[in-house]
Amino acid sequence: MAESEASSYPPIEPTNFDLIIVGTGLPESILAAAASAVGKAVLHLDPNSFYGSHFATLSLTDLTSHLNSHSLPAPPPPPPSTSGSGDSDYAVVDLVQDPLYSDIEIEWHGSEDETSKMREDSRKFNIDLGGPRALFCADSCIDLLLKSGAAQYLEFKGVDASLVYEPNGGGLANVPDSRGAIFRDKNLSLKEKNQLMRFFKLVQQHLGGGGDQSDSGGEGQKISEEDLDSSFVSFLDKMRLPPKIKSILLYAIAMLDFDQDDSKVCKDFLKTKDSIDRLALYSSSVGRFPNAPGALIYPIYGEGELPQAFCRRAAVKGCIYVLRMAVTSLLMDKVTGCYKGVRLVSGQDLYSHQLILDPSFVIPSLLSSSLADFPREKIQLLSQRELKGMVARGICITRSSIKPDLLNCSVVYPPRSLYPEQVMSVRALQIGSNLAVCPAGTFILYFSTVCNDADEGKKLLKAAMNALLKPPVSVNSGSIPVVQSDNEDVQPIVLWNAFYIQKVFKGKFDSLTSAPTPDGNLNYADILDATEKLFSQMYPDQAFFPKTESPEDTMDENGVIMES
Amino acid sequence: MHGRPRNVLKEEDTAALSAKAEKLRLLQSHFLANHHNRIYTKEALEENAKLLENNPEWHTAWNYRKLAVESFLTDSHSDPETVKSVLDEELRVVENALRKNFKSYGAWHHRKWVLSKGHSSIDKELRLLAAFQKADARNFHAWNYRRFVTTLMKIPDEEELKYTEEVIGANFSNYSAWHNRSILLSNLLKRKAEGYFPKEIVLEGEFELVHNAIFTDPDDQSGWFYHLWLIDQMVKIDAPLLVSSWPSHGLNITLQGNKCLHGSGLSVLNSTLPNTGTLPIILYFNQAVEGIDSSTVNVKSELLNGDLVWKPLSTNNSNNAQVWVAYLNIGNLDVQRSKTYVIEINLGHSKGIVSSNGYDYGHASRVTFELCIQSAYTESVEQQDGKITSEIDHIPTTSGRCEEAIVNEISQFRDLLSEIDCKIGKLTLARLLTALDSMPSPRANNMVHTEEILQLYDDLMRLDPTHYLYYKDEHSLVLLRQITSSRESLLPYCYYKKDATEAVPGYVCLRLQNLSLSRMGSIENLLWVQMLDLSHNQLRSIEGLEAMQLLSCLNLSHNKLGSFNALGPLRLIKSLKVLDISYNEIGSHTIDTRRYLCSSPLCHTEEFAWDQFETLTDSIHISAAKFWEPFLIFQSMKLTQLDIKGNAVADEIFGSFIIRVLPTLKWLDEEDLS
Repeated sequence: MAESEASSYPPIEPTNFDLIIVGTGLPESILAAAASAVGKAVLHLDPNSFYGSHFATLSLTDLTSHLNSHSLPAPPPPPPSTSGSGDSDYAVVDLVQDPLYSDIEIEWHGSEDETSKMREDSRKFNIDLGGPRALFCADSCIDLLLKSGAAQYLEFKGVDASLVYEPNGGGLANVPDSRGAIFRDKNLSLKEKNQLMRFFKLVQQHLGGGGDQSDSGGEGQKISEEDLDSSFVSFLDKMRLPPKIKSILLYAIAMLDFDQDDSKVCKDFLKTKDSIDRLALYSSSVGRFPNAPGALIYPIYGEGELPQAFCRRAAVKGCIYVLRMAVTSLLMDKVTGCYKGVRLVSGQDLYSHQLILDPSFVIPSLLSSSLADFPREKIQLLSQRELKGMVARGICITRSSIKPDLLNCSVVYPPRSLYPEQVMSVRALQIGSNLAVCPAGTFILYFSTVCNDADEGKKLLKAAMNALLKPPVSVNSGSIPVVQSDNEDVQPIVLWNAFYIQKVFKGKFDSLTSAPTPDGNLNYADILDATEKLFSQMYPDQAFFPKTESPEDTMDENGVIMES
Repeated sequence: MHGRPRNVLKEEDTAALSAKAEKLRLLQSHFLANHHNRIYTKEALEENAKLLENNPEWHTAWNYRKLAVESFLTDSHSDPETVKSVLDEELRVVENALRKNFKSYGAWHHRKWVLSKGHSSIDKELRLLAAFQKADARNFHAWNYRRFVTTLMKIPDEEELKYTEEVIGANFSNYSAWHNRSILLSNLLKRKAEGYFPKEIVLEGEFELVHNAIFTDPDDQSGWFYHLWLIDQMVKIDAPLLVSSWPSHGLNITLQGNKCLHGSGLSVLNSTLPNTGTLPIILYFNQAVEGIDSSTVNVKSELLNGDLVWKPLSTNNSNNAQVWVAYLNIGNLDVQRSKTYVIEINLGHSKGIVSSNGYDYGHASRVTFELCIQSAYTESVEQQDGKITSEIDHIPTTSGRCEEAIVNEISQFRDLLSEIDCKIGKLTLARLLTALDSMPSPRANNMVHTEEILQLYDDLMRLDPTHYLYYKDEHSLVLLRQITSSRESLLPYCYYKKDATEAVPGYVCLRLQNLSLSRMGSIENLLWVQMLDLSHNQLRSIEGLEAMQLLSCLNLSHNKLGSFNALGPLRLIKSLKVLDISYNEIGSHTIDTRRYLCSSPLCHTEEFAWDQFETLTDSIHISAAKFWEPFLIFQSMKLTQLDIKGNAVADEIFGSFIIRVLPTLKWLDEEDLS
């Protein structure tokens, strides 16, 4: 058996690297590209057969099986391999996969025909594992894509509209996010339009006034330091903005998660200073690209394209890629307890200065006998991950759009818009077939919310789904006639849905590091910040994607893409 | 396209520019030679095209092309292929020129000229326009051309209206789009197109649209402009109408003794006219009209001896005027004493009275007054209630919807002003309140907002000193409207004047002094006035005063009149005898900033007595340049008394000049000339 295994995995040459990365999620892929770009020898492995890890885009059946396999505790680790443990200087520490996903619910609602059709078409669906996620046109992510050269492998389309769910059955309204949108808005009163636009102008003046203080006039319009340090919600109160506008600014534009009016539940009061940055990001996004009608864009074929683009970039710069290659254990220095290398499932040992691990890997805290002499505190340190929170995610496949004339749109459900006890915003993103993620005539609708426990999160997502979609009729009760109101007729029917809870961990830096997990935000800003920080900790003297003379350089360097 | 910074030229740029200029000069000289010799060969045209593509601004070059095209077309014997290729080439040249500068008047005009020939396909034009309007959505050349093309293509106005809505939706800071909307709507409303009648409902929808722009960004002017247009559409009455007359309807005029007219119908105000044997009849319309003559205005009276001759009271000799006058000759008539003569004026029964924008006279109107001759003067104690204003049979009431719309607008803008302090908002509110107050509706409580309006203009004068004079003018108009609105409001300003110099009893003087007026208004309510004191104001103009055809005595001292030109309206008041223009600023301003509006001896509208003027200037050795203006003003007047001291112009030479111009003068600056 050992013979056949060894033959199915050709050995990797060379065996020494500057950096080994396990998992091809977005942060890992960016780090691979960034490290390669500054001349580091990088090996990028992924136990999966696809790129992207937790940022992958998968077919319908792959998504289902992936979620299911990654929600169960991993099979017990194979018996510690004996080869080399006795005669080498390294302690072998086995890695365990601790699933990120739990509480998975997957349901089929369509008729038998529809279900079998969808199973047949499974490959035509490109479903994001970490949705809903999109990019602001003025996002730092766009700059990174351009700077790194990854942009050349990607195509985007604009999300047609940003919507907000109006409480008390108000339905969906456009977010009045620009001068033009305020002008066209049908829901705001004239007074509210005036107040909102004046607030936007105040923010603009505040942001723009710094440059030309000689011009005076504008100086009086600066927001005071005191206000900048106060919470955004109290600043809005001070500006005498009515609740409707406050809600739009807080949740649909600044994209806050927690109910800012409820000091008991709000874990995260955003300061005015930071909110202004978010507003600036949003407003500079509107109209940045002539083809994007709103603030958001989405990659064609799904978010999984992003890590792939960075991997291609890394490969161009000499990074070695091996997919379907699991790492079974770590090789640690027996004396210092420092990381030295990894042992692959093929049995090969590879060495590097640094290691970045997919966040789902953990080191069991139980000390195996072979590690009796291993520094205890070091193991303790490695086995601890800091749980930052949970995100409830939902995916629906529908037959029609939540807003008849739109294919793609984002939706925000502000706190208390679905039910009075709702303390978190829910964000949703509908992607239609023009982004090549689903067959024509179907739509994928993603939901997410930050939550404290699984039941609460799922309850909220289901309420959000039911507010826009026709409540799914159980397949079993298909024979029971259902009374349909006119209103239900226009609501999209759910063909398939999945709900799951994803844990969010905080990465820690050491010679071996856990990569950031997908967070509860709509964009990648926080993930990118964490990634860049990680890079500068690893390579303090190196630039994060230094400027190259010719960004168009192609595959002339010895880039290798190995898909064994 | 807007707000591009001007860059300082670098050295290599200067070099490139001079090379370019050299090339242009060469092309120009070739072209001019061709033009001069009427050479219209292909080569010559190609050279011209090169020139135009480099400099599309040269109209001569475009005109040359037109001549060339005409000559080609004549030679081609209307072979459709040739014609088409010639014209297509023109369109190509224009297109290239527009790429160079799409604000070139000559290029756009040439394109229109080519298309008007009717041989070219116009389908391409909308695509071309789309490209230009994408590059600059506000480019008014493109919008202008769009109107031309859509008319040519017979695209319905309704469709174009939708287009403007799209453009405005994308970015409402677009004057051109709002302007096009106003043009299209005017057309649709005028022909009462389906869905565009009644106009009030259409306008209400437009108000809603423009509110979104104004409230979203009150600092953006484009919406305000459209809003102003909308208010005007809502309030204005298209058809011309008689708003006032003298004698007014129902007036009893008593002719006393031999030479005096006594009009008791001038309400409670007993006043006396020095009789010149004629009785002026003044018709005051809501807008300038033409076509007032004996066929359109029917006057019935025993006193009438032949047709009345109607003259427009216009300072620029046009036959379009708001005020028309005719003189009923009674001096030569053998009228019977103690007999009452009824005079009836009917107008609007037949077509012919047309406003300057082409509307026919609205309702038929009738004015009747009585003239009675008595042997001895008795003080009339008859008092009439009601307004001094003439009572016209039909005062058209704007529909209640209009009033509602204005009331709604007022509350919207009060709302806006409660949110922000905004000058244009205050101005709009003032205009809306003024509009509401002047609505001839029984429900509108007239003049209740005067105090508020005056306060708004006071605020504006303080907040926006740049436009001080405009606000001041508006303030004056509102104030005058209030003063003249009713008998009660006017009474405090009326004084009896027992004039010693004239043996005429019972002059009533209207004293509107010290009111800080900068212009005159509400003259339709003051047609009866014979003595007017406007001293100690800030008048810069007395526009409109020409309608006061009974005026014999006018005090304009201590004002800000800056030139003799400003006195132009007085030339039309034949009855004026006493004029005080002392302590003004005549002669203090070397440049008359209103000159472009005013007449000069060189303009054809003036009948300037050159011979007389030359004799005069020669005889007293004065400069013609300095004196033609007062000559023009005073030469036709019959003043007996003039006060002109306290003006920079009034010196001894001027005194001797004026005495010659005005031989009737008895008093100059309180000095007895006899």
